[in-house]
Amino acid sequence: MVVAGLEPGDRGMMLGPIGFAAPWLLWALAVLPVLWLILRAVPPAPIRRRFPGVALLLGLKDDDTVTDRTPWWLLLLRMLAAAAVIVGLAGPVLNPETDRGAGTGPMLIVMDGGWTGAQDWALRSEQAAQLLMDAGRSGRPVAVLRLSDPQPVQFQTAQAWRGRLTGMGPLPWEPDAERAIAALGGDTFETLWLSDGVAWPGQADVLAALEDHGPVSVYESWRAVIGLRPAQFADGGIALTALRSAPGPARDVTVAAHGRDPNGVQRVLARLPLRFEDGAEQASGTLILPAEMRARVTRFELEGVRSAGAVALTDDSLRRREVALIAGRDDREGLELLAPLHYLTQALGPSADLLTGPLMDVIPANPDVIVLADVATLAEGEEQAVLDWVEQGGILVRFAGPRLAASKVSRDNEDPLMPVRLRTGGRTVGGAMSWGEPKTLAPFAENSPFYGLPIPADVQVSAQVMAQPDPTLADRVIAQLSDGTPLVTRKKVGQGQAVLFHVTANAEWSSLPLSGLFVQMLERLSVSSAMAQPEVGDLAGTVWKPLQVMDGFGRVADAGNLPGVDGAELAQARLGPDLRPGVYQNDDRRLAVNAMAADRELRAFDWPARIPVTGMARADEMPLGGYLLAAAIVLLLADVLASLALSGRLIGARAAALVLMALLIPAQPHPAYAQDRPVDDTRAITATHEVVLAYVKTGDAEQDRISQAGLMGLSDVLFFRTTVEPDAPIGVDLERDELGFFPVIYWPITAAQTMPSDAAYARLNRYLRSGGMILFDTRDADIARYGASSPNGRKLRQLAAPLDIPPLEPVPQDHVVTRAFYLLQDFPGRFNSRDVWVEAAPPGAEKVDGMPFRNLNDGVTPVVIGGNDWAAAWATDERGNPLYPVGRGYTGERQRELAYRFGVNLVMHVLTGNYKSDQVHVPALLDRLGQ
Amino acid sequence: MSDPSPLRVRAEEQAAHLPPLLARAEHLAGTVLLGEHGRRRAGLGDDFWQYRPVQPGDSRRMIDWRRSARGDAQYVREREWQIAQSVMLWVDQSASMRFASGQTLPEKVDRARVLALAVAILLVRGGERVGLTGTSLPPRRGNNQILRLAEFFSIDAPEDYAEPESRAMIPHARAVFMSDFMGDLSAVTAALTKAADRGVRGVLLQVLDPSEEAFPFTGRTIFESMGGTVVHETLKAGDLRDRYLRRLAVRKDELANLCRATGWQFQTHHTNDSAQVALLWLWQALNRGTGA
Repeated sequence: MVVAGLEPGDRGMMLGPIGFAAPWLLWALAVLPVLWLILRAVPPAPIRRRFPGVALLLGLKDDDTVTDRTPWWLLLLRMLAAAAVIVGLAGPVLNPETDRGAGTGPMLIVMDGGWTGAQDWALRSEQAAQLLMDAGRSGRPVAVLRLSDPQPVQFQTAQAWRGRLTGMGPLPWEPDAERAIAALGGDTFETLWLSDGVAWPGQADVLAALEDHGPVSVYESWRAVIGLRPAQFADGGIALTALRSAPGPARDVTVAAHGRDPNGVQRVLARLPLRFEDGAEQASGTLILPAEMRARVTRFELEGVRSAGAVALTDDSLRRREVALIAGRDDREGLELLAPLHYLTQALGPSADLLTGPLMDVIPANPDVIVLADVATLAEGEEQAVLDWVEQGGILVRFAGPRLAASKVSRDNEDPLMPVRLRTGGRTVGGAMSWGEPKTLAPFAENSPFYGLPIPADVQVSAQVMAQPDPTLADRVIAQLSDGTPLVTRKKVGQGQAVLFHVTANAEWSSLPLSGLFVQMLERLSVSSAMAQPEVGDLAGTVWKPLQVMDGFGRVADAGNLPGVDGAELAQARLGPDLRPGVYQNDDRRLAVNAMAADRELRAFDWPARIPVTGMARADEMPLGGYLLAAAIVLLLADVLASLALSGRLIGARAAALVLMALLIPAQPHPAYAQDRPVDDTRAITATHEVVLAYVKTGDAEQDRISQAGLMGLSDVLFFRTTVEPDAPIGVDLERDELGFFPVIYWPITAAQTMPSDAAYARLNRYLRSGGMILFDTRDADIARYGASSPNGRKLRQLAAPLDIPPLEPVPQDHVVTRAFYLLQDFPGRFNSRDVWVEAAPPGAEKVDGMPFRNLNDGVTPVVIGGNDWAAAWATDERGNPLYPVGRGYTGERQRELAYRFGVNLVMHVLTGNYKSDQVHVPALLDRLGQ
Repeated sequence: MSDPSPLRVRAEEQAAHLPPLLARAEHLAGTVLLGEHGRRRAGLGDDFWQYRPVQPGDSRRMIDWRRSARGDAQYVREREWQIAQSVMLWVDQSASMRFASGQTLPEKVDRARVLALAVAILLVRGGERVGLTGTSLPPRRGNNQILRLAEFFSIDAPEDYAEPESRAMIPHARAVFMSDFMGDLSAVTAALTKAADRGVRGVLLQVLDPSEEAFPFTGRTIFESMGGTVVHETLKAGDLRDRYLRRLAVRKDELANLCRATGWQFQTHHTNDSAQVALLWLWQALNRGTGA
C-alpha cells in the first residue's frame, strides 16, 4: 500500500489535523461526477440464454416493473466507494508528526535508562527512534547516552544508532551521575533528554554538564512512576508501601504476592489492594498471611506495572523461624535474669516464633530450631526423636551449664547429639578462686560462619565446658577463646546440625548473652533471621552468591554464573552492573536486594525554567489510508449484495447463507446433548453376556493377534470340554477400557510396551483387589529363567512395580490350580518351564495329618507369572488348527494338550476359587460310601 | 474455384456421422424382440394358415391333394394373409431441436433421430416399408432404405421452428412425427387433419429437454430461440416460470386432444429419460395402430 511506504515528514498538504502524503491524487475526485453519469447510463447487463421454449414465453410481461436505471442509492454507494479509494490512496494521516529532530549540528539523545523508565519504555524507545529518524533525514550525527550505563559519547549516523537502540533496555538500577558526566567528552552538541520523570541524585549536575555542551531540551512523560518499597514485617503482618512520583487523582493498585504453592508451582498466593488517595504520593497496607504461607512468598509485585521498582523480592526477613526453647531446670522461680532461657527469649523473640513445652510435645510441631539450654540427658525415646528430627534438617543448639558439666553425656563416646566429647567438670577461669583472667574471644576463623563479626572487647568468658581433643575437633570448632579452647562447636548430623555453645545461655558463665554479638551469632547460625537491612558490619567478610536477579522490567531470572558479591558491598546496596537487584545467598541465609531501597522517595525532578520541557503524551500519528480502503472494500461488497438483490439473484446467496448456517449450528454443542449423551455400552454388554477371556493389547499387532488366537483356542477347548462356554475373547486397552467384566486377563510382555498411565494402574489395582486375575507371560522361558534379566523380565518388573501384588511363590505341589479340573504338575505352553509363580500361601498353612493337601488360602491368586508363551500354544485358526508348532511329534502334541489343560485349570480356578480345594474331602467321602 | 480435397473431407465428415447414428439406432432396435407379425387371418402370403373343406366356388387348383388323399373329403390349403405396411417418418430437424441444456444431455434432435432410425430398423426387419413424409424419400423395403434414411437425418434444417411435412401421404399408411412442437401448432393441426382425411394414422412423439419442463431460470435474462429469430427479455425470469409451465401444459393438452380427434397417439419424451422406453412405446403404439 502506498501509505505504508510513506516517510513521515513528506506531508504535502494539511487539512485541519489531517495531512496527505500524495495530495495530487485528490484531483481524481473531480472525475466522480463523470463516473456518476457513466454508471447511471449503463444498466447491469442481462444474461443471454438460448432457449427453444421462448416461443411459449412470447407475450408474458414481468409482474413488477423495474427501471433499467441503477437506483440512486446504489450509485451513491459506488461513488462513496470510489471516493474512499481515491482519498485512501492519497495517504491521509491524522495528527501527522512535525519534525523535532530537525536542525543542524550533532545531537545527543539522553535517556535515564533506569528502572524508573521501564513503565513507559516502549513509548520512550519509540520516541528515541523517531528522533533518530528525524535526525537521519537532516543528516545530523547522533549519539545516544544511557545514563544508567554511560558509555563515552560517540557521534555516528542515525542509521548506526537505530540498530543499537533496540538492544537498549532499561537497567534495574538508577543513573550514575559521575560516570555520565565523565562520558560526555568535549564536543558541542544539542541535547534532547528523554527523562523518566523521577529525580535521582546528581541529576542537576548532569544537567549542568550537558548545558555546558549546548542547548538542552527535555521530553518527559507526565505519567507518574510507581514503585514498591521492600516488604517489612511489622506487627504480625507484612507492611507494603507503594510510592508514586507525582501526586495525582486517586488510583488503585494491587500488590500480588508470588510464591510457590505446596505443589511447587509458582502462583499468586495473595493479593492486597492499595489505594493512592487523591493527591497522596504514598499508599500503604498490611497483608496478613499465615506464617506457613508467608514463608513461601518469594516476591511482591505491583500488578500491571512492568518495572524493577515495582517488584519487592523477599528474603529471610519474612520468614519467622519456629524455635523451641527447652531448659533443663526451671526451678528458680523469681530469678528471671538467671533463668537459662531469658536471654534467648529476648534475643529471638522479635524475629522468631517461640515454642515452649515438653520436648515430646514440641517435636511434632517440627520447629526449625530446638534450643536445649543445659539439658544433659534425654530419655531414650526423646533422644531418638530428636535425632530423627535433626537428621531431617533440624538445627539443634545446645548450651552448656552445670548439669551438662556434671553429667556423663558424651564423655567416653561422642553423643550423637553432641558435636564433641567433653571433659569431666569443665573449667572456671578468672573467678574469685582461680588464678587466670576471664578469657576473651579470639577472632573468628575464615571458615567460621561468624567470620567478619566484630568482637566487642567486653565479652568475657569465665567458665566453660571443655572439649576432649579428638581428631575431628579442629573441624568442628567455629568459635574459640583467645587461648584456643573451643567456645562454639558444630557438627553435621544428617541434613541438620548440632551446635554446642560451651557456655551457658544466661550470663552466669560469660557475658556473651549480654552482648549484641550473641544475637548476631544466632543470626549467622540461622537460628534467628535478620529483621532489618543488615549493616555493613553484619555482613563484613561474607561472600554472597546471587541466586536470582531482576532485569529492568522486573523479570526475575536465574543468576547463572554471576560472580559472588562481598557482604559489605551488599550492605551498602549501591546497585550497578556488579550488584544487580536480586536474591543472594550465603550458607543458609538469603538476602534480597531490591531495585527500590527502603528509604527511596519518588519525586519529579524540578527542571529549571530555562529548559524547555515537552510532554510525551501526544496524539499519535495515525495513517487513515488503510481504514478508507477497507471501507471502500466494504462498500463494494455491499454493492455486490445490492446488485444481486436488484437483479433477483440473491436467492443463491441466501441459499448459501442458509447452508452455511446449517453447517454452523451443529458445531455449537447443545448443552442438553452434552449432558446426557448415551454411553456406548455395547462393548460392556458383549463382555458380560457370556464369560469372556481378555488380553492386554500390547501395541504390537503381531502379539495381539497371537493373544486373540490363543484365547480363542482356549475358549474353544473350554466350550467343548467344560461347562464354561466363553464368547470370543476381547482385547483391552488399559488406558480406556473397563476391566471389571473379565475374570482373567492375559498380559503378554513385550519389551516395547509403553508403561500404562497412573489412571490405568489405579484401574488395574482395583481390578486385582476385586478378585480379578492377570496372567503375566514373559514368553521367554526358552532362553531365560524367571527373574533372570531377560529384556521381557525386566519389562515385567517395570510394569508390575506399581501393581498391588502380594508376595509370590512358585506354584506349590498342592495348589488348587494343579487340580481345579485336570490333575497337573506342569504348566507348559510352547515352552515347558517350571517357573510359574502365584500368590504365596499364608505362613500358617500347615498340612494336616491324613489330608493330601494343605487347607490353603481363600480366594484366587491375583497374578500368575510365567514365561511359557501359553497364548502361542493355545492359538488356533478359525478351523481349529494350531497356528504355532509346540515341541516335536507326539510329545509336542502332548505338551499342547497339557497347555490346554493348564488353561482350563486356570479359568476353572478363577471362576470357582478354592471350591476345588474341597477335594481334600474326597478320600473321606469315598470311605463313607463304602468303596 | 473449388478445391476437391476440402469437398471430399467434408463429404467424408458428413458420411462419418452415419455409422455411429446407425450403430446406435441398431443397438437400440436390438433391444426390441420382434414378435409374430402375421395378420392372423387367411389371405395372401407364404405361411400356412389352415386347411378347410372345399366349398362351392373353390377352383380345383386350390385343392391340396396331399391333404385330401388322406381322407374322403377334399381340403383347400389356406395361407396367412400377409401385407406390408408403409410407415412414413418425419423428424423435426429445425434449430430448436438442436438444444441441450447440459453437457451430459443429448440434443433433442439427436434423440429424435436415433429413435426414428431405430423404429425404421425394426420396421424394415418386420418387412414393412419405411420412408419419409413428403416426396424426398418414399417408403421402401430393405437395409439400403435405412442407410438412405440415416443420410437424410443428418441434414440440419436452417429454420427455427419446422412445420410437419404432410404432402404426398400414402393413404392408409402409418406415420410417425417427432418434434418438440414448440412452433406454430396450426401447421401440426393441418397436417394431422390432412392425414386423418387420408386414413393415415400414427404417432406424435414430443421430445423435450428437461430444462424445458422445469424452466430453472432466474434473474434478468434475454431468451433467444436457437436461430435467434425470436427474442424475449425479462427482468425476473423466475416469475415467468409458472406461466410458462401452464402454457406448456396447455400445448400438450392441445396436442393430445388433436390426436384423440384424429385417432393418433401422443407421447412426450424427455432427453434425460432412457431412449429405450420411448422406443418400446413407439413400437407398441405402431403395432396397436396396425393390429386392427
